[in-house]
Amino acid sequence: MARMKFICDAERCIECNGCVTACKAEHDVPWGVNRRRVVTLNDGVPGEKSISVACMHCSDAPCMAVCPVDCFYRTDEGVVLHDKDVCIGCGYCSYACPFGAPQFPTNGTFGLRGKMDKCTFCAGGPEVNGSQAEYEKYGRNRLSEGKLPACAEMCSTKALLGGDGDVVSDIFRNRVLLRGKGSEVWGWGTAYGKPTQGTKS
Amino acid sequence: MIMRSTIAMAMMAVCVSGCGDKAQTIDQSRAKKADGKAWESSQSAYMAEGWKAGDQAAWEAQMRGRAQGQNEYSRSAAPPPVAAAASQ
Repeated sequence: MARMKFICDAERCIECNGCVTACKAEHDVPWGVNRRRVVTLNDGVPGEKSISVACMHCSDAPCMAVCPVDCFYRTDEGVVLHDKDVCIGCGYCSYACPFGAPQFPTNGTFGLRGKMDKCTFCAGGPEVNGSQAEYEKYGRNRLSEGKLPACAEMCSTKALLGGDGDVVSDIFRNRVLLRGKGSEVWGWGTAYGKPTQGTKS
Repeated sequence: MIMRSTIAMAMMAVCVSGCGDKAQTIDQSRAKKADGKAWESSQSAYMAEGWKAGDQAAWEAQMRGRAQGQNEYSRSAAPPPVAAAASQ
């Protein structure tokens, strides 16, 4: 059985926020809630690195451990999901999560903190797969459509990989072993031409 | 006169309905409900081609295939970059 995971390659992420936009659009995520976001280290300094962060669907999820109403559950594919009908919006999961994945909408009546919202690995929630009720609470259920998360599939540089942990780690491992620097890097020739081009004869 | 008051009442009803909010009470009967398997079925109108809902093996093969779609080394006929650099 597959165990779904995300991997983000900091060497490839160009901070385009395409993953963030894809997620917002795919799930109609409300204003103020970002299920996925791009974090940049040493921003503005040469050599800065960016990484796309969302729920990592932990195998031993701290959010699940601290939830006082036990609204979290794990699917057969290792995706950590929650039931918004059970969530009380207490925010414990937000403090427990090392990635800041749990989000709380604040644009409700009187600005009250709403029920928790987070990345679902595009797997929806406990409602019937692909139903309108599921869409309104959790967004699209792409896994039940035979698709992978929109953020990973839309990533232009394929920095963000999503899918079965064994498969995406093989892709990443192969990439790290093969990639080099300068003209050896994938796409360098397209962007800058081959090393022989442009030289004076 | 009756017409006017009816329209006024309807207008008031429309305006007041904007002040409402969806109920956020916890429905205990729905707590801990089981989620369906991803491969079992979906009401979505945007199903990916190449597999049929209910076939777990086909769904898993679909997932592996989609994941390989993220691997440009398997998508492109070009040689791996190390080999390409060595031949230059």
